[in-house]
Amino acid sequence: MDGDHALAEGALAAGCRFFAGYPITPSTETAERFAERAPEVGALFIQMEDELASIAALIGAAWAGQKCMTVTCGPGFSLMTENLGLAAMTETPLVIANVQRGGPSTGLPTLTAQQDMMQAKYGPHGDNAIIALCPDSPQECFDLTVEAFNLSEFYRVPVIILTDETVGHMHEKVVIPPADQIKVVPRNNYSGPKEDCRPYKFDSKGGHPMVRAGDGYNFHITGLVHNEMGYPVMTADQGKIVVTHLMEKINSNADDIIRLEEDQVEGADIVVVSYGITSRIAVKAIQDARKEGIKVGSLRLITIWPFCEKRISELSGKVKAFVVPEINYGQMVREVERCAHGRSEVISVNHCGGAVHDPEVILDAIRKASK
Amino acid sequence: MSTDIKKFKSESPMSGVLRMDRMPHIWCPGCGIGSEVNAFAEAVKRSGIDPKKLVVVSGIGCTGRVAGYVDFDSIHTTHGRAIPVATGVKLANPELTVVVFSGEGDLTGIGGNHLIHAARRNMDLIVICNNNFTYGMTGGQVTPTTPSSAIASTTPYGNYEYPFSLPFLVDAAGGTYIARWTSMHARNVTQSIEEALQRKGFSFIEIISPCTTLYLRRNRLGDGVDMLQDYQEKTILKHGADTRETAIDFQGKIVIGKFVDKQKPTYLEAVDKCCIKLVGDDYQLYGKTIPEREAEEKAEKERIAARRAAVLAEENKAVVTKVSAKIPVKAGVKKTAAKVVKKAAVKVAAPAKKTIVKAPAKTAKKATAATTKKAAPKATVKVVAKKAAAKTTVKVAEKKPVAKPAVKKTRK
Repeated sequence: MDGDHALAEGALAAGCRFFAGYPITPSTETAERFAERAPEVGALFIQMEDELASIAALIGAAWAGQKCMTVTCGPGFSLMTENLGLAAMTETPLVIANVQRGGPSTGLPTLTAQQDMMQAKYGPHGDNAIIALCPDSPQECFDLTVEAFNLSEFYRVPVIILTDETVGHMHEKVVIPPADQIKVVPRNNYSGPKEDCRPYKFDSKGGHPMVRAGDGYNFHITGLVHNEMGYPVMTADQGKIVVTHLMEKINSNADDIIRLEEDQVEGADIVVVSYGITSRIAVKAIQDARKEGIKVGSLRLITIWPFCEKRISELSGKVKAFVVPEINYGQMVREVERCAHGRSEVISVNHCGGAVHDPEVILDAIRKASK
Repeated sequence: MSTDIKKFKSESPMSGVLRMDRMPHIWCPGCGIGSEVNAFAEAVKRSGIDPKKLVVVSGIGCTGRVAGYVDFDSIHTTHGRAIPVATGVKLANPELTVVVFSGEGDLTGIGGNHLIHAARRNMDLIVICNNNFTYGMTGGQVTPTTPSSAIASTTPYGNYEYPFSLPFLVDAAGGTYIARWTSMHARNVTQSIEEALQRKGFSFIEIISPCTTLYLRRNRLGDGVDMLQDYQEKTILKHGADTRETAIDFQGKIVIGKFVDKQKPTYLEAVDKCCIKLVGDDYQLYGKTIPEREAEEKAEKERIAARRAAVLAEENKAVVTKVSAKIPVKAGVKKTAAKVVKKAAVKVAAPAKKTIVKAPAKTAKKATAATTKKAAPKATVKVVAKKAAAKTTVKVAEKKPVAKPAVKKTRK
């Protein structure tokens, strides 16, 4: 199964029964898979008129009680940032997979990239926090989609799966466990008395129930700054309350959200920080470097956002250098730099997209860093 | 004074349908949106639908704020995206009745693509479009429907673009119910929305409405009352009119009426039809087979009919007592009311007018001083409305001023 199909299967396994999408290479296969599977599993697929509408439909569907997902890549993701902001503001659980391709603009539609890393977090205007995960294989496309839904439901936040064309179109064995062995966080709908019903609770925590349309609570939600009733309150003070909550809901729970994969990081001189398909290329470079006697560790970011500030900070000063290969002009390397506080060297191994790195290039960077 | 307002809110006939705790609303005096919302609320009450199963979705702008004032599940979305959000709501839970209430800039400018595609799919939505020829919230810019030569803040020398005719647009895109009224035709608006609430498929109701603060002022067209009079003089009632003939010129004739009302499978019906062929009788959507959903729908329809009958019976009781006290009119008109009103309205639209509008406006100003009396005129207005179709226009004209003093008072 390829990564794109695994995304669709992961969504179905997580209980997603509504999918709205718009065709765009190299992500279309996910939508096709879902469309094909929908009738047999009692789900609904709709191809909307554009990506603006796709994510808008998800917001409606989420508040009407369905777990929902869409898939896209760069140009479509740019359109989705509009309502990604609304989803974050209204604390709507939904999942977006971005199968990244080369940009900017129409760029390299059929070729790989990791160029939307910053856009995922900073795309929508205004301050808001989302969660982003980065699978490195079709198996992880499945696993992380399930996890994306779980995080999305618990924190009531849009979760973005930042995969790429290579993983999306890569065929590998994918093991789908029996349903009872897959941990799924169900939709938590409010069921208490009407007078106590609040669509929001501004306490920087997760776990608050959704209110479902049709349950008689007459909720109101808006993209305006609002109070816990969901009513607009347009003051600077309320803005502070809402924005702080949105940011801290993710930031203050970063330790629970972040997943990293480490290999021989303790005691390493050099740590390669990588994610997605690039981490699989880096493995070869790391193995070769170790053969040359260089003490190299690998830190793979499974969770991209929130960024693992704490871990990089801990390692800074202990390691000589961080080597950061990525298929963009240098995006996450800025985050590593920020968190290294100047105590370790940070080396960017960038690539402008269209292909994966040659492992030799990463190896060279490791060699240089170790000298 | 504050207790009076509280009392006014709790005793308002719209309490329970509108969020009285959110009043006063943001709309300007003379704006048509208020009476449209009133007409909508009235339609919901009369339709018998379960208010718990009603969702209202709005976009951005003055009309976009409607979602914040209706006491149903309501979503205030981003600019232009009300229809796709509503589509998501409807598809995620087909039991819900979903109404989009927004302005023409939102629905046909930035959201135009969504409008035509929802119409094309015959998505089971009711779209109520307040068309005031202007972007009100941002200060009166030109919209896709602003008549040629009209002045807007971004067409200071007159609009040189060609406007959309919305009934024509939606008809061409595949809408299955299309009506146009003005905000003066409150009863007709109510009736159209009631009809739309009873049917399936894409319903589009355009309501021409005055933006007193911007469009009227800039184009020197007087105030809200002047515009209502204008609507009386310039509207031509033509049910079933060819939508190609519904274009609106600057201060020209406005063709109103119900233009399209036809049946076609909705999006979800089309999905069902396709999937049952594919999967067989076991086909389920969200865990429910088609017969299960149909049974639920039938049961709900019966409940709606029962509620509607109860509402109408209540009204008729009120009418009979009122009427017998005042004008000795023959009974029997009531039951067929809906149809009769429609037909009669055709005749009425032309004559009744000229003298009517100004008079109640003046009395209204006086009424503003005498605060306590507002309940009385409103009640009679309603009663008359239901009964004698021939008086439709009179009531509408009276209804407006009733709303006005309320706004003024609460503002202070």
